[in-house]
Amino acid sequence: MSWRELPIGGMVVEPGNSIARKTGDWRVFRPVINQDVCTRCLICWMYCPDSVIKLVDTPYRTSKGRVWSFTLEIDYDNCKGCGICAEECPVDAISMVEEVK
Amino acid sequence: MEPYTGEYEVLTMSELRIRGVRDLPREELFAPGHGLCAGCTAGTIIRHLLKVTGRNTVIVNATGCVEVSTTMYPYTSWRVPWIHVAFENAAAVASGVESAFKVLARKGLIDMSSDIKVVVLAGDGGTYDIGLQSLSGMLERGHKIMYVLYDNEAYMNTGIQRSGSTPLHSWTTTTPIGKVLRGKLQAKKPIADIVAAHRIPYVATANIAYPIDMDQKLAKGLTVEGPSFIHILQPCPTGWRFDPRYGIKIGKLAVETAMWINWEMVEGDFKVTTRVPRRKHVKHYLAPQGRFKGLTEEEMEEMQRYVDREVERVNRMVGEEVIGPLVD
Amino acid sequence: MEVLEGPVRQVRVVLNSNYAVAYAVRDVDVDVIAAYPITPQTGVVEKLAEMVANGELEAEMIHVESEHSALSTVIGASAAGARVFTATSSQGLEFMHEVLYIASGMRLPLVMSVAARAVSAPINIWCDYSDLMNVRDSSWITFIASTAQEVYDTVIEAYMVAEDPRILLPVIVAYDGFWMSHTYEPLHVVADRHYVRSLVPRRDRVKLDPLKPVTMGSLVGPDWYYEIKYQQVEAMREAYDIIRERDRDMGKVLGRRYEPVEAYNIDDAEIAILAYGGIYGSLLESVDRLRAEGYKVGAIRLRLWRPFPVDELYKVTRGLSTLIVVDRAISYGASIAGPVALEVIASLHRMRVDLDIVNYVAGIGGRPVTESDFKGMLELALKLGRRARELGTLYWGVRGVNYE
Repeated sequence: MSWRELPIGGMVVEPGNSIARKTGDWRVFRPVINQDVCTRCLICWMYCPDSVIKLVDTPYRTSKGRVWSFTLEIDYDNCKGCGICAEECPVDAISMVEEVK
Repeated sequence: MEPYTGEYEVLTMSELRIRGVRDLPREELFAPGHGLCAGCTAGTIIRHLLKVTGRNTVIVNATGCVEVSTTMYPYTSWRVPWIHVAFENAAAVASGVESAFKVLARKGLIDMSSDIKVVVLAGDGGTYDIGLQSLSGMLERGHKIMYVLYDNEAYMNTGIQRSGSTPLHSWTTTTPIGKVLRGKLQAKKPIADIVAAHRIPYVATANIAYPIDMDQKLAKGLTVEGPSFIHILQPCPTGWRFDPRYGIKIGKLAVETAMWINWEMVEGDFKVTTRVPRRKHVKHYLAPQGRFKGLTEEEMEEMQRYVDREVERVNRMVGEEVIGPLVD
Repeated sequence: MEVLEGPVRQVRVVLNSNYAVAYAVRDVDVDVIAAYPITPQTGVVEKLAEMVANGELEAEMIHVESEHSALSTVIGASAAGARVFTATSSQGLEFMHEVLYIASGMRLPLVMSVAARAVSAPINIWCDYSDLMNVRDSSWITFIASTAQEVYDTVIEAYMVAEDPRILLPVIVAYDGFWMSHTYEPLHVVADRHYVRSLVPRRDRVKLDPLKPVTMGSLVGPDWYYEIKYQQVEAMREAYDIIRERDRDMGKVLGRRYEPVEAYNIDDAEIAILAYGGIYGSLLESVDRLRAEGYKVGAIRLRLWRPFPVDELYKVTRGLSTLIVVDRAISYGASIAGPVALEVIASLHRMRVDLDIVNYVAGIGGRPVTESDFKGMLELALKLGRRARELGTLYWGVRGVNYE
């Protein structure tokens, strides 16, 4: 790519393209949400620094028969494994599991 | 991300509408893949800021952790217009952006109803010290700009050097806790008080560990006719030396020990928004942080006395014991 | 009131160069002005404030708290799509130094007027070009005007050049502090402002807009920085041709044609004296008198400083045997201390022109340069002969410095 093709002045014209960076490879531990225990309080979503917890409108039926209309999922491509979600979850629904290759 | 519809979005978030987490919009205007440290609570602050401001916002960012980590060429994490110029002039740049929108709308060169919000996002380095002049100028001129200060209490981006915001006795690379000199020798500069002395319509302090309170203040700051200033404590695992998972816990301890007080001043009326009926000793806040390691009992008592004096001052201002006595 | 009828109707007025700047800024319909007062630029800002206060100019005037903020503010405004202006001198220009590079690096079409003033220390408010010379690497297109008329014309041209989508570099228009900024001269200004606006149409460019979010001012590493800076190199190169085009266009419209390098009585000249800024008027008088005394001398004026007009300089110097360059700034420790002389020598060397070039530094700190000074410089140069070249730079008029 030559100097002619770059936008001038170092501008970046594609908003939010950092999503391609895959900072998930920083991780040593990954957060795993136990969907049965999760009360959908959204505290993990509220505190995540990396916008990697997503509210997905996928209904979930717990083992006790409770039905939630949405679910929280983690984007492991970019999750850095900081552990804030696990630390703040009021019902200990998130465990930090070591990444094993 | 869905493309913008082509009409400028009208701000719908008002502080009255933010009562809990479910009132926050789902849309992430801050993309993942930025280079902020794992556990950096600044990332959380930005997510909340953009949820409150919405898309119709221009962010003016000073040099610092956020600027560098979120715009490493050719990537950007910002899904709103964003500009960085230099370290000390974010307030001046924002003044230009705000004035430009005003006059271009008047001349009919941009949509008259666009009402684009202009928000400065700067760290303690770019605000307390090198940025104080341009901040003061912006406040004095009365621009309709919200200045959001994310305070991690040192020049973190350049490797944890002390700033005017670093607390007393804190370790930094330029204020080590050594045999002769014990960490930073000066107390934290009361920046929000300095800003309040400019008599602007809205000044508030907030803490990422109290996000709903913070979001309400951000929403309020956006609606005042004139400058607003929101000073947010941003725990930093790398610089404060604690495990990244504890960022929010540390933030809560700051308030529970009254090392940090959440308040707001609306047209000069002072109010404490997070009451602390029973206050913890500062050692509970200092112990989990490596930057305070090695301090003596006397030094911690000195810090406790600072806090006690500040608590007394605040209670007097409010006329009520909103921050309670030391218990334990 | 004298009115020039021609392609454009113009009205004769009497203004100093500071006010001439203000009139031009008014005529191009600037949107945002941010400036901080510093002698001898203050007249520009004061006149603009008067125009805004009276509704003659619809613009936001931001009374910033420093020059660093002045430039930062107009950067923000320009990035948001506004047409902007700022003005300064000397210490103010030094204070905004880091931001100058940022403005050009971000490719914003700013225009700034500089009333050239000596740089501290010692503090001196009078004219020399040390402030302007030391920002030569900042990638700002730079014009040096010699009359109030030229100041007015060139500020308008500056917007045409800066906003050209092939350029998008900021522009400085410089002129003598006090000698020109405060001296009243007769000039013609365009009668109908709307006509001036049609010369500088509003154009679309990438800007801060929530409907099309962009990121401006990223951190760029060693992998891409060089290409982005090279874009500026090419923009400067293109600017040279575009400026000559604009000079011609302005000539057709205003009836006053400028060139990047201008010459007087050069055709059969053996020696020429090159100068820039306000002293050129005195140089022209001097050349007339010297011609009458039998010297085959001509005058050359440098108008475009950046990009440096290599071709034009070559054209006017080809037939000479000696060229005297009179600089008004000192580059301490340089092999040739006069910044323009150094550039002239490098430029002619590139074109394989070998003539005797004698560099004088004069007019430092506001010391006047008169017709008799030019005559003295010429006579000394002739007397010294080859020695002049070996001496490098000759400092004219310093008490205790004698070359004979």
